[in-house]
Amino acid sequence: MELLGRQETWNITYDHALGETASWFYTRIRDEAAIYGRRCAKTNHVLVPPRAFSDETLLPTTEWVKVGPGGRIEAFTMVYERFNNLPDPPYAFGYVLLDGADTALGGYFKGIDLTDPHQAAKKLAIGTRVMTTFSAVRKGEMLDFWFELDG
Amino acid sequence: MSSDRVGIVGIGQSAFRSRRDDASYPDLVREAVVLAMHDAKMELDAIQAVVYSLSPDAMVGIGNAERLGVDAVGGRSKPFLRINTGGATGISSVAAAYYHVASGMFDVVLTAGADKVGECGDSQTVLNKIWDPSYERPLPLGTINMLAMSGVRYMQRYGMTEEDMARVAVKNRRHASLNPNAHLRKVVTIDDVMTSRYISWPIKLLDCCPQSSGGAAMVLASERFIRDNNLDAVWITGVGHAAETYWMGDRMGNNPTAEHADAYALGRSFEKSYRMAGITDPAKQVHVAELYAPFSNTEYHSIDAARLVARPGDSVPRLRDGEFELGGRIPVNPSGGTLCTNAIAVTAMARVAEVALQVWGRAGDHQAKGARLGIASGNGGDHQIFGTMVIEA
Repeated sequence: MELLGRQETWNITYDHALGETASWFYTRIRDEAAIYGRRCAKTNHVLVPPRAFSDETLLPTTEWVKVGPGGRIEAFTMVYERFNNLPDPPYAFGYVLLDGADTALGGYFKGIDLTDPHQAAKKLAIGTRVMTTFSAVRKGEMLDFWFELDG
Repeated sequence: MSSDRVGIVGIGQSAFRSRRDDASYPDLVREAVVLAMHDAKMELDAIQAVVYSLSPDAMVGIGNAERLGVDAVGGRSKPFLRINTGGATGISSVAAAYYHVASGMFDVVLTAGADKVGECGDSQTVLNKIWDPSYERPLPLGTINMLAMSGVRYMQRYGMTEEDMARVAVKNRRHASLNPNAHLRKVVTIDDVMTSRYISWPIKLLDCCPQSSGGAAMVLASERFIRDNNLDAVWITGVGHAAETYWMGDRMGNNPTAEHADAYALGRSFEKSYRMAGITDPAKQVHVAELYAPFSNTEYHSIDAARLVARPGDSVPRLRDGEFELGGRIPVNPSGGTLCTNAIAVTAMARVAEVALQVWGRAGDHQAKGARLGIASGNGGDHQIFGTMVIEA
């Protein structure tokens, strides 16, 4: 028999409040081009991105700590497939342990030729030093900065 | 303990495919329920409570789609709960049904659900939305990218290669070719996998699960009811769950508790279910395993976490040796696993159902010979919420 269908699109706009901790983090990125984490007084661990409480100790974090701009790659991937609502491929992104931080922060890796995935994977190997680069015009958001190979 | 046991008495599964244009969402749930009730040789009137297995609504495109499922499971005037732990939903639902019976409040409980991921066709858009809106949503995160990064770390720690990943896909496709309910049943070669296009380095197209549609259902009952009604059953002897931090970046960096290369909380969950089942040496005592692994690389850390090998990373050489093939030491994913069929809301239920069929000796062409004790697992969230079970004949 003839089987019919209907197309439906979900398109919902949310106006998310970021809360005090993320708001402070993003205003420093916007105004100082600097990244800060939050220190847990009990473990001394600096959490980046900053959180109001430590998921290890469950205690409130107590202090803002400037981290980076240098760091080392902890994880990466290069995306070659097109996904709806995501950037045009190829692109590389992953996680970086910024100097002075204890947890890794996500961001794009830019300035790397992704044409040959094997060559690019060698350049992005875990442990590779990177530098945070800030955009000249900053809105106070994650995409205001990215990581580039150091030197 | 023996008088308190909970048994599986009925199993129903669709033949999973990309799309089921012949069936609405509740039709698919109903299909699995009818199969499970038939298998249990029971009428729906015998069911005292229902646990409904449904992961993110956006995957089926129906808000709180469990409402549409109430009629399909015969839920009128009965206790009805929806469970959602992402990819782990199916095993969490079986666990919740288990708790219903083990508590002594109910003798017969149905768990059921379905998914139509093929109608969404855009699961990574849905899965991008699982990341927090404050920090990580602007990044191109999805489950493929998240687990690609786990794979990159696993490669560095344990020496897994892209060919090793391909071996998992080749094994599971071979198994799926023997399972009439599997979605991807075409046998592939290492070369096929290696020459398939990159999705997210190091994951290629043939290292990925499909977007499947279909339903699953299981009937659980108390030992007393099983005995009184002279039913055939296999037994859930171990149940575990464990969660870990949401923050992927906390699973790397300086001395993380839960290393992102591994499946730390999956290991903790297996510890709990092994302890409950009295298993002290899983590598010797487990006969068959259905481990949730939607991408080829993740089967390795799941085998490690289940302690089917001596130490993390040993899964790679052992798989190369054929130990996890049907006919090998401990067949892993003899159904073809999540890599060949992923109807997300019921994928982890299918892991339990398939292990139950194995220890029952009813797995047909993909039967692991002589299996009497098996394990199942499910992973959900951003590699964050894990469920495990031990099933025995």
